[in-house]
Amino acid sequence: MLSALLLQAGYNAALVSIGAALLGAAAGGAGAFLTLRRRALMSDAMAHATLPGVALGFLVMVALGGEGRFLPGLMLGAALTAGLGLMAVQLLVRRLPEDAAIGAVLSSFYGIGIVLLTVVQGIGMGRPAGLETVLLGSTAGMLRMDALIIGGGGALVLAALWTLRRPLAMVAFDPGHAALSGINTRRMDAALMALVLAVVLVGLNVTGLIMIVALLVTPAVTARLWARTVPGVASLGAAIGATCGYVGAAVSASVPDMPTGPVIVLLAASAFGLSLGLRGHHG
Amino acid sequence: MAEFLALSLPPMLIASLAALACALPGTFLLLSRRAMLGDAMSHVVLPGIVAGFLLTGSASGLVMGAGALAAAGLSALMIEVVTTRARMEPGAAMAVVFTAMFALGVVLLEVTGTGAIHLDVEHALYGNLESLIWLQATGLSSLIDAQALAGLPHELLRLAIIAALIAAALALFWRPLVVTTFDATFARTSGIPTRLVMAGLTAATALAAVAAFQAVGSILTIAMLICPPATARLLTNSLPTQIALSCVFALIAANAGYVLAGYAPGWIGLPFTVSASGMIATVAGLMLAAAAVIPSKARQPAL
Repeated sequence: MLSALLLQAGYNAALVSIGAALLGAAAGGAGAFLTLRRRALMSDAMAHATLPGVALGFLVMVALGGEGRFLPGLMLGAALTAGLGLMAVQLLVRRLPEDAAIGAVLSSFYGIGIVLLTVVQGIGMGRPAGLETVLLGSTAGMLRMDALIIGGGGALVLAALWTLRRPLAMVAFDPGHAALSGINTRRMDAALMALVLAVVLVGLNVTGLIMIVALLVTPAVTARLWARTVPGVASLGAAIGATCGYVGAAVSASVPDMPTGPVIVLLAASAFGLSLGLRGHHG
Repeated sequence: MAEFLALSLPPMLIASLAALACALPGTFLLLSRRAMLGDAMSHVVLPGIVAGFLLTGSASGLVMGAGALAAAGLSALMIEVVTTRARMEPGAAMAVVFTAMFALGVVLLEVTGTGAIHLDVEHALYGNLESLIWLQATGLSSLIDAQALAGLPHELLRLAIIAALIAAALALFWRPLVVTTFDATFARTSGIPTRLVMAGLTAATALAAVAAFQAVGSILTIAMLICPPATARLLTNSLPTQIALSCVFALIAANAGYVLAGYAPGWIGLPFTVSASGMIATVAGLMLAAAAVIPSKARQPAL
């Protein structure tokens, strides 16, 4: 395990650990703004809504004569249905409480995804074995290109967060004031949701869709217990996320059968529990 | 007929009972804006089920149910503590707690190798409705044959009892529950212990989630807790109608979903069946979508 932590467990394992760290940083940073905007669970709906897209992406690629395991193709499908899910939540929110809209979209898209997964299994073409790793995430046996996509995706989100840090922080801190100072808050919210979607898509491969919400929320709220400013929360959240991603991927790589997602989530949850004990409000 | 009785009737009854047990508390969760509690509850029961099995070595429904209920109670408490001590919105607190509990469950499964014996994560997620069959059924006469009836899946009786318990609790605590749901401040000033009432609702949700989770998996539990009540909410403003409609929608989704999963692939010439739990959730979602696009005459703002 030590060798994995020190990047000595092989070139691919090192790439995966670095990729997971970049993803964790992107998730922690984006999650800081997401939780300040009180939209934590929106990411859960998006994550579950990727499942039909993954299955559809697989089916389309198989129909076109491929093996169906081409990661960018699966991610494109996931992006499409996650976007649809987001739109469905926004339509339902007009007439239902927000959490009910989120839960309804989450469960029905997830249901469609499971139906489509059984279709994939039933058809028995392509290489569907392991397609369900998108549920819990797995970095074991990950290809070099997959690791590069994860790291590159994480780096892109980080760069976008850095570029947009001022308007995002102003909208997160005080939307009314931000609007008065000439920031288009709706556009900023849309940009934030796009970045969260990117984190969800990249995170599918690492933590899986059920637990990606933890990567977005837990480091960010841990950071909120320590930092008092919006940039402070975002940077600390990114640092905590990066550490959890890195250590989690290394542990999972060196312990057989240990899925990556749960390890990362438990690391983040321990950091949160510790911070809550040290910095939580009493009474 | 015997084939229907043996293979389709038990899963359809179990799905219907699970749907009812979830839709009943679901209406009050929706109205008190705690719909996602069902989502959280159906994830946190996993470590409880695994721990129950590991501690006693018994895979009986009762032991695992007790473990699941304990995990649900512990999680409700943790969500409360996190919300107050970290001064966080309940949504984020829920996300932190339920992902941690679920992750713990998965790691416990993997580390102890329990997965190889009785449990696996996929079973927990989408249940195994199709496997709940009644081998003793030989014909209609089996329905009045005590010996044959004893061979019905245990889940059926358990869910029937729990659905009845939840319905009875709703009827018994109807007034305080309704007043607390609609106007917590008024409820407090008129001497109703609102915290206790909400804790009771959480307990009912946990009970429904645990019972349904063991029989049909978490996906169906979440869908049934949220979709039928939300569909009914779009169509009525009266609480009794709301509850009646959500029960009807839950029953329609459960049975139509089961039938579609078993037979629809055959209608288009595909030689396999698809996940019944997934299809039931899909049908519940489609019903909500239909209700959302129907232009309602008395278009009211959200609660």
